[in-house]
Amino acid sequence: MLSKKSKRILLGMAAAAGAIALAACSGPASSSSSGGSAANGSATSGGPINVAVVTHGSAGDSFWNVVKNGATDAGKQLGVNVTYNSDGDPGAQSKLIDNAVAQHVDGLVVSMANPDALKTSIQAAVKAGIPVITINSGQSQSAAFGALAHVGQDEGIAGQQAGAKLKSAGKTNLLCVIHEAGNVGLSQRCDGAKQGFGKTTNLQVDINNPTDVEAKIKGALQTDSSIDAVLTLNPQIALSAVNAAKEANSKATVATFDLNSDVVSAIKSGQIAFAVDQQQYEQGYLPIVMLKLYHDNANTVGGGQPVLTGPGFVDKSNVDKVAQYAARGTR
Amino acid sequence: MSDFSGTLTTDERIASPSLLNRLAVRPEIGALIGALVVFVFFTVITSQFVTPAGISTWLDTSATIGIVSVAVALLMIGGEFDLSAGVMTASTSLVTAMLATKLGVNVWLAILVSLVFALAVGAFNGWLVMRTKLPSFIVTLGTFFALQGINLGVTTLVTGTVQVSGIATAPGYASAGYLFASTFSLAGTSFPISIVWWIVVTALAAWVLVRTRFGNWIFAVGGSAASSRAVGVPVGRSKIVLFMTTAGAAWLVGTINILRFTTVQANQGIGLEFEYIIAAVIGGCLLTGGFGSAVGAAIGALIFGMANQGIVYAHWNSDWFKLFLGIMLLAAVLVNNGFRARAERVRR
Repeated sequence: MLSKKSKRILLGMAAAAGAIALAACSGPASSSSSGGSAANGSATSGGPINVAVVTHGSAGDSFWNVVKNGATDAGKQLGVNVTYNSDGDPGAQSKLIDNAVAQHVDGLVVSMANPDALKTSIQAAVKAGIPVITINSGQSQSAAFGALAHVGQDEGIAGQQAGAKLKSAGKTNLLCVIHEAGNVGLSQRCDGAKQGFGKTTNLQVDINNPTDVEAKIKGALQTDSSIDAVLTLNPQIALSAVNAAKEANSKATVATFDLNSDVVSAIKSGQIAFAVDQQQYEQGYLPIVMLKLYHDNANTVGGGQPVLTGPGFVDKSNVDKVAQYAARGTR
Repeated sequence: MSDFSGTLTTDERIASPSLLNRLAVRPEIGALIGALVVFVFFTVITSQFVTPAGISTWLDTSATIGIVSVAVALLMIGGEFDLSAGVMTASTSLVTAMLATKLGVNVWLAILVSLVFALAVGAFNGWLVMRTKLPSFIVTLGTFFALQGINLGVTTLVTGTVQVSGIATAPGYASAGYLFASTFSLAGTSFPISIVWWIVVTALAAWVLVRTRFGNWIFAVGGSAASSRAVGVPVGRSKIVLFMTTAGAAWLVGTINILRFTTVQANQGIGLEFEYIIAAVIGGCLLTGGFGSAVGAAIGALIFGMANQGIVYAHWNSDWFKLFLGIMLLAAVLVNNGFRARAERVRR
């Protein structure tokens, strides 16, 4: 009886250990524990450098997966050890930054959807001599926190341009779909779109629940039949919007921020007018290059200005070129 | 639960259980062993897990889960659930932040108002559960959604955005921050004060549970509400107080968060309720009530925090993160079950 119990416990333990061994792709870290000598951002010169990327994306988000691919590709090409972690909760994200600092990484890449919450952790990293590069959001606070540079696109400008583009297409009533409740950057895009377009209504949906997204957009289109343009801020949401418009028998034009392979084919077939592309692959790739340059040659990039990766527009004219890259997860 | 105290004259009618058996009866023993296993595991395979800076990160993560999970453990021993505890951490943060930044209320007063708000919601949960006889799982699920909606709706209504920040410039921030969000230095590393709160809350809960009359009532109402009522235990009042306790603990975490990060998002806290429950279950609580421990829940939160940060120290691909977490939690609960089965035999 007892031995059966303990056998079962042992089995559970063994299963856990087995699964961990299977899934541990990069295996345990074999970094030399150089006792806290992070005086000038580099504990070990000559050897491969370690860079931690900490973002606010939720796991499995298609946009952030491209950022991750950019960072890991650059790491492979430049001989930099890149680790990627993310958490949408700003408190948890700041703890991941503390974690990277405790590991004495040689460089840190952070996306700041909520800069105030990350302030203490990022400043602690800077104080520990770790070069920090901010990406994607938090451009206005980047320099104040002591980051080397910011890589991203200006959300307000991007939203304004998208709104203006829809307006010039003769649209009069816009629905702007916000998919993450806590993300200021998304609100800025819709505010920008309002400036560039005019009559705009915002709709709040939850990206983690695709069914709900489609139903909500459909409902909005049905209640106000004068809506003739929908601007979504994420490729997954864009496709839901296309379906919703179809089901609601609405003639609304759908435009979106960001790309994935489905959006590309929808642009080809004319279901989506255009995509605002912030080329987020660069937001993963460039910081690794910049940190490598800083580490090897004390170079900085951007001259105190943000390094802009967007907005670029993908529409029928250039979609074929982009398509093959979107399919492999780099656009 | 009842330890022998004082001297005992040997009595051949009373069997004296062996030390191993006496340990196995403790609900937190499984969690303790699980925690040791996880600790040793990450200590061996990573180089920074047991440096002061490393310890600070995982204790930090454990503390904010642990504070609420201890309260949730008391509630679960009392035979009820609270799914609104996670979102409540955000609600209380938002109430505090909006009062302080939009109305210029002193931070201390804002914190007090949000405590009143939390206790009111907790009391409402308890009252509704007792009044309707609905399972608390359902009632608090309703509260969970309602609070989520209030969080987003009120925040966008009042501020026009989805974050509330700027509490750092409000009157009274410095002194309140000192109590809830400061750091203390140990071994040249700064540790957040939330760890101290966690220890205090755990000690207090453990004392209430095993040394006070109210603690006995908690076990009684969780074991059998009908029998407790028959012997004069105030079932309704006890359960309402327990719901208020979880809301109060969520308020404490919300207060720590808002003062530490000086900003709060409307969508925070979703999903945390399950972390609290799983920490309590690892700590030996039964889903059916009447059994468990506060110290166990704190250790459960410790396992959670260690796994959470340890996986990052191990440089594993973060895509697999939740898989590790799930496996670890299952393993811990399995160990627990083995011990509990043994404990049942010892008791008989």
